Amino acid sequence: MIDIPEGSSPVLRMEAVRKTFGDTVVLRDVDLEVAPHTVTALIGASGSGKSTLLRCANLLEDVDDGAIWLDGEEITDPRTDQDAVRRRIGVVFQAYNLFPHMTVLENITLAPRRVHGVDRAEAERYGRELLERLGLGAKAGEYPDRLSGGQQQRAAIVRALAVRPRLLLLDEITAALDPELVGEVLAVVRDLKGDGMTMVLATHEMGFARDVADQVCFLEGGVVLERGTAEQVFGDPQQERTRQFLRRIVEAGRL
Amino acid sequence: MTAVKEESGQEDPGAMQDRGDGYVPSQRRIDRERYKRTRARRATSIAALSTLVTGVVLYLVVVNAPGWPRTKETFFNGRYAREAFPKVLEGLWLNVRLLLICGVAVLVLGMLIAIARTLRGPVFFPLRALAAAYTDFFRGLPLIINLMIVVLGVPALRLQGITVDPVLLGGTALTLTYSAYVAEVFRAGIESVHPSQRAAARALGLTNRQALRYVVLPQAVRRQVPPLLNDLVSLQKDTGLVSIGGAIDAVRAADIIVGRSLNYTPYIVAGLVFVALTIPMTRFTDWVTARMDRQRAQGGTL
Repeated sequence: MIDIPEGSSPVLRMEAVRKTFGDTVVLRDVDLEVAPHTVTALIGASGSGKSTLLRCANLLEDVDDGAIWLDGEEITDPRTDQDAVRRRIGVVFQAYNLFPHMTVLENITLAPRRVHGVDRAEAERYGRELLERLGLGAKAGEYPDRLSGGQQQRAAIVRALAVRPRLLLLDEITAALDPELVGEVLAVVRDLKGDGMTMVLATHEMGFARDVADQVCFLEGGVVLERGTAEQVFGDPQQERTRQFLRRIVEAGRL
Repeated sequence: MTAVKEESGQEDPGAMQDRGDGYVPSQRRIDRERYKRTRARRATSIAALSTLVTGVVLYLVVVNAPGWPRTKETFFNGRYAREAFPKVLEGLWLNVRLLLICGVAVLVLGMLIAIARTLRGPVFFPLRALAAAYTDFFRGLPLIINLMIVVLGVPALRLQGITVDPVLLGGTALTLTYSAYVAEVFRAGIESVHPSQRAAARALGLTNRQALRYVVLPQAVRRQVPPLLNDLVSLQKDTGLVSIGGAIDAVRAADIIVGRSLNYTPYIVAGLVFVALTIPMTRFTDWVTARMDRQRAQGGTL
């Protein structure tokens, strides 16, 4: 039901990306390759650079060095049209960031109508279809403040999907939710994987990452310390630091 | 003006008795609420007494002042008050019209200046600088000096096609000053919208301008309604200053009678009329603010 563009070359590629905020090096020499229709999970402690990596991929932050390609086009080239790049990427934020002065449906149809030139009827039709699919059919006319956290986050996912993105970036989308609501949001992400949506997600939900990710990257101090399939990273971690991190997660009862 | 705020948001225990759920207020609750009622009654009587005492003291101080009989004659003369009232009201109509027209002009110009100050990109540098200079200058310039320059200075240039009408010139001066105030109010509103809102808009592919128009400005304006109304109340009374150019508004109408009679009662009349005009506006502002606070309290995160 969700349109996924075809192709087999990497959707997103990062090479030697470096990002600093003042004296703090947030990303150091980061390489990443995301194949179409795969899910990449970024794991690691808070402050390890997961969110910054996602923000760089969407050009919400400029990289200091290195390069990023989206569908083979170098988007870190200062001559690229940044708005055109963002149009092809959907982002879901930890704090939802829905627009509080618009109804759910208006939130969802804003970008299709104003950015992609879709007419109102068609934008609303597709918006309602997606809402229906994510179990929010009855909430189209509500304002975000009237929704529960889980509903808000699902609405934010619909908003990101409504522009038929090539790539979906999910930045700790369950971090602000009650344990009870986490499940409903993660179920949506699982569904999207079933549709073949290409996704990169930063997450603290290790069980979920192990379940859904084709590729797992463990970040520590802005470096990708370990990467591999979910079985490799969770089942047989090579780095001492990764083992330590996973041990702590297990102790906290989160895996 | 309520002296004592009712603090009971609770139901009356008597009325609570039969609600179908078999709830019977406990003795503890009844005692507690009786105590609160006693306290409330006591607070009301203290407020009433203290108001009465203050009123009496003020009255005695004023009436026993050595110059009181003379002051009373000059400022509170019934005959002049009756003479001035209709003229002042007639003049007030000009103030009201000025308020309406200047109010609209100020909102439009203020918004344009605020937007100019937030524009990014090197092309807009002159516009940004100009807008910043404008607000700095007109916020600092005393309104009365601004008025004198515009109302008296512009006609002195004797330019062809430029009006010498003191009402138009006075309105222009008011608009110049108040646009600077209102621009700052709008700018504060724009900056109060959390950056994550702009980030979300940009992440959807909206351009900077679209993000401003569809996401930032609507939220900014809604938030700034109370301070904007505050500035409009202020503008309402400052329309009285156009009288310095000779426009016959409420103040000038009073001025004419004062000049003839050397009795200051008309000023008091004009002052009271302005106060009477601003009170509804002020109450309206309070009401809007309170309503928005309530909405925000329910609103939650944003």
